[in-house]
Amino acid sequence: MPVQLKTLLPLFALFILLFLIARHFLIPESFGKYGHYRADSMDEIAVLPIHYAGKSVCIECHDTEAEMLESDQHAGLSCEICHGPNAKHADDYDVKEFLVKDGSRIFCGRCHAVNAARKLENVIQVDVVEHHPEKENCTDCHNPHAVWEIKE
Amino acid sequence: MEHLYDILNQVDGYIYPNEIALQWGILIVLYPYITGLVAGAFILASLERVFKVKVLRPTYHLALLTALAFLLVAGLPLISHLGHPLRAYEILMTPHFSSAMAIFGFVYLWYLMAVLLLEIWFDYRRDLVIWSQQSTGIKRRIYKILTLGVTDISPKALEWDEKLGYIITVIGVPSAFLLHGYVGFIFGSIKANPWWSTVMMPVIFLLSAMVSGIALVMFMYMVISRIRKVKIDMACLDEIGKFLFLVLILDFTLESLDQVHRIYEAEESFEILHLLVTGKLTYTLLIFQGLMGTVIPLLILGFFRISLPEEKVRKPLYFLASSLVLFGVFFMRWNVVIGGQLFSKSFLGFTSFKLGMVGLEGFWMALFWMILPFMILSLLLWLLPPWKKQLG
Repeated sequence: MPVQLKTLLPLFALFILLFLIARHFLIPESFGKYGHYRADSMDEIAVLPIHYAGKSVCIECHDTEAEMLESDQHAGLSCEICHGPNAKHADDYDVKEFLVKDGSRIFCGRCHAVNAARKLENVIQVDVVEHHPEKENCTDCHNPHAVWEIKE
Repeated sequence: MEHLYDILNQVDGYIYPNEIALQWGILIVLYPYITGLVAGAFILASLERVFKVKVLRPTYHLALLTALAFLLVAGLPLISHLGHPLRAYEILMTPHFSSAMAIFGFVYLWYLMAVLLLEIWFDYRRDLVIWSQQSTGIKRRIYKILTLGVTDISPKALEWDEKLGYIITVIGVPSAFLLHGYVGFIFGSIKANPWWSTVMMPVIFLLSAMVSGIALVMFMYMVISRIRKVKIDMACLDEIGKFLFLVLILDFTLESLDQVHRIYEAEESFEILHLLVTGKLTYTLLIFQGLMGTVIPLLILGFFRISLPEEKVRKPLYFLASSLVLFGVFFMRWNVVIGGQLFSKSFLGFTSFKLGMVGLEGFWMALFWMILPFMILSLLLWLLPPWKKQLG
């Protein structure tokens, strides 16, 4: 065997050995328990605070609104899309400080303002400035839970 | 919510919210650029050793050391982009075959440890032994360590150096191709992005890598000869120019064919890509990459194939051609990385990118990562000067 290999081969073996030793100590203990990830991370994620309650929880109390919503264009929307994340309100009915109830032209316009790049067949668009300027808010006429019912 | 309305000013048409800000900035442009320089420089070196292009001898060691200097830096822009250097090792500790980047870690390690370092070591071993006896002080100690204790310089041992070094280079050629082809694969395999997703991507990346690496060695050879005040070996320079011309033609035609393919197929994404090329990428793609980085160097190098003007005309033109190629290939990476993030997945809108000067993703940071390999190269040239090697 050439002299070079007599030095290089043990050196590479040593390198690989050091890598394996380092790997043993550096990999977190719970890694690979369920899959190719650190199993403990599941518990860490599970204890993070929950922000969204989810539609199914909302309709347990607000069944009137849910019924209206189901029959209408907004049926596909989840409550918290417009009302904001409200897990705290779901836990305790009296916590209402985070509830959004905004019927303004800017708020509804986020989806419904005219935008040439938005597909018309998916979202109905109105000119939020020109559309009935005598009224202040969209909700003065429209019921967001049943948008085709025009209030008098 | 207000800041969202401010950001929306930089957006045209309809785009999804997570597309407003670019995830990958200039540091991710640098990464394929630097890796490409490594692969290209190594391939040029292997032309001399494996394919026996003897006239390239003066640049052989320079090409190897250039490849090493840039390889040592190649991963650093990525790490500084991610911003958690202390976690950088994790990708290598628990690799998964479904992670293209983790596998890249091993391709990289293989190329660095098993190919480049070994080849340079076999190449310099005899000189290291001799220099360790001749020099004094700290340099003597460094040379001693670098010999790894193998101080036998009998003809038989030297013959083994030559033989083992040759085997390593032969293994190194496909490794260098693999290294950079893999960088192309990382982009080409992203099927969600029509600007990236083409099977041609690895090939195009590889060829532009060779172009940039050869241009870099040509550039460095001229600069170093100037600094050392020695005469440039024009036969060698002409030969590099010839290879640069050949690879540049291949690169240019393949990239053009890829675009022709795209234009003729005119898939659903074509309209937005057309707007991208004629709008946001006009300067960087058509002028910087196409005209300055490809057409002008092609004309210069092609002209030299037809008639060879005298030395004092050729030298500055070679210098110009190699600088333009280096400039152009940088913008090729730019157009891929930045261009691919400027249009929306909805195909209905664009966002924009403005390079900041300061900050971790800014121009100065990028410049630092670009200067560092040159500093490492000067250190390597001071420690292992190719011109002081014993002729053997």
